[in-house]
Amino acid sequence: MTVLLHQLKFEQRVFWRSREAAVFIFIFPLLLYALLGSIYGDEIDGVPAADVLLAGLFGYGAANTAFGGLAITLVIRREAGILKRLRSTPLPPWTYLATVLLSTLMVFALQAVALLVLGSLAFDASMPANPLGFAGAIVLGVAAFAGLGVGAASLIRSAEGVSAVVNVIVLPMAFLSGSFGPTREFPVFLQAIADVLPLTYFIDIVYGVYLDGESLFADPKALGVLAAWGIAGLAVALKRFTWMPRER
Amino acid sequence: MRIWSPIVSSAIAVRDLRKSYDGVEALRGISFEVTAGEVFGLLGPNGAGKTTAVEILEGYRNRDGGDASVLGYDPGDSPRAMRERIGVVLQHSEITPLLTVREAHLLFAGYYAKPRDVDEVLEVVGLMEKRDARVKTLSGGQKRRLDLGIALVGDPELVFLDEPTTGFDPAARRSAWEMILALRSLGKTILLTTHYLDEAQRLADRVAVIRAGRIIRLGTPAELIGDARSIEIRFLKNGEQVVIETKNPTQALNELTAEALATGYELEQLEVRRPTLEDVYLELVDEYDGDVE
Repeated sequence: MTVLLHQLKFEQRVFWRSREAAVFIFIFPLLLYALLGSIYGDEIDGVPAADVLLAGLFGYGAANTAFGGLAITLVIRREAGILKRLRSTPLPPWTYLATVLLSTLMVFALQAVALLVLGSLAFDASMPANPLGFAGAIVLGVAAFAGLGVGAASLIRSAEGVSAVVNVIVLPMAFLSGSFGPTREFPVFLQAIADVLPLTYFIDIVYGVYLDGESLFADPKALGVLAAWGIAGLAVALKRFTWMPRER
Repeated sequence: MRIWSPIVSSAIAVRDLRKSYDGVEALRGISFEVTAGEVFGLLGPNGAGKTTAVEILEGYRNRDGGDASVLGYDPGDSPRAMRERIGVVLQHSEITPLLTVREAHLLFAGYYAKPRDVDEVLEVVGLMEKRDARVKTLSGGQKRRLDLGIALVGDPELVFLDEPTTGFDPAARRSAWEMILALRSLGKTILLTTHYLDEAQRLADRVAVIRAGRIIRLGTPAELIGDARSIEIRFLKNGEQVVIETKNPTQALNELTAEALATGYELEQLEVRRPTLEDVYLELVDEYDGDVE
């Protein structure tokens, strides 16, 4: 436990010291919200646009932070030999992974709060109707996307390519899943793709707890699909994750 | 089935260690023991299998065959208790570039039950002046010192150094050698790999020369030099180099000089030399070149 807190302290220090990470992971969703919030009108389908967009951006933030950020961090550390070096210290490997996950959760939780503050100050957005359910959704989203992130990190081979690969996945997914606005007018085949994406279901869950005041467990199908994606990512990771650079 | 009982005082004991990658044999059955407090050198050209051997002992790679014991543990399981007691300097590894030198040491110190005082370690590796510099701003030699500092911060009994001075300029190498010799005087056991002969000769109590996955010689540097070759006597005769190899240099010299005196001939540029480890090594590696594949 002491080791976990020790590691967590350094993880946080490293994250906030890295300007690229702080801007790309933390600031970017806020920036998008500021931008989109100024473009859309007052309402989307009878709901305040600021609220709809905020729900979508919680989704984008989760995917960007927990999936994208985590995959990039792990691949870069693996290829630099940082993970390998850690492996010969007494730090237990699971403690390390748990810490990286916790650190990610802290970053995203803070980002969610920042989005809410920005929303209420700039666009008069609502506060979560079911705060506890909302907090639960944040944790759930981070867990599922982190599972996918570790899975992706296990498959991506090079540190040079990881940012590109991650963005090619995250941005279209966010677009199709409605992070940046409603998708009702999208062609049917794009909606069909959106129907299997984890982010679509995560945004549904967030929408429920944030705007409708529903219970976190109101939509078992959405929870099921999200969990299935997370577990699939984890399964890939269990099979393919390595601490060693792929130099050989 | 034979029962294998390594000597109890051995920090490392290895018997018939084997490892293949995709059907290519990197280690073809090597055996050696390292006693506590000893500096043991694995010397060989690139690709000889040095790093494979060390990484098996560090717990990174599984062996295909043979026995191995590190401080009494099986490195194949890489138990935490073993990791508490070893320090590792890898050939290529980085430390999070955004931390300062001192923070990096503090980070690693936190992993160990009984770490050394961080500032003391910084002093030992000569990074006290750089303690507040970010890791990414360090020079190559300073990064290597950082690797060593981080390997020492857990106060290990056994230190693995995989090519610790590769890429160093001569001055940096000298100072690294001094550091390693200082470690030895603290009673640490050190397993060192290198392809520099002078390094092995200067630092190691015993050396195993490894070539194509096999140990082809094992002994103290003096033994390797002593039993491999005779003394060389060189001089110029009519402008041409003459080399005499002999096991009885006194007699050979006596005969040579007697004849020269008798005929009034001058032995120009007369030189009597013992072979260096480098001569022995090159000879060994040449000798075994034909043996491979």
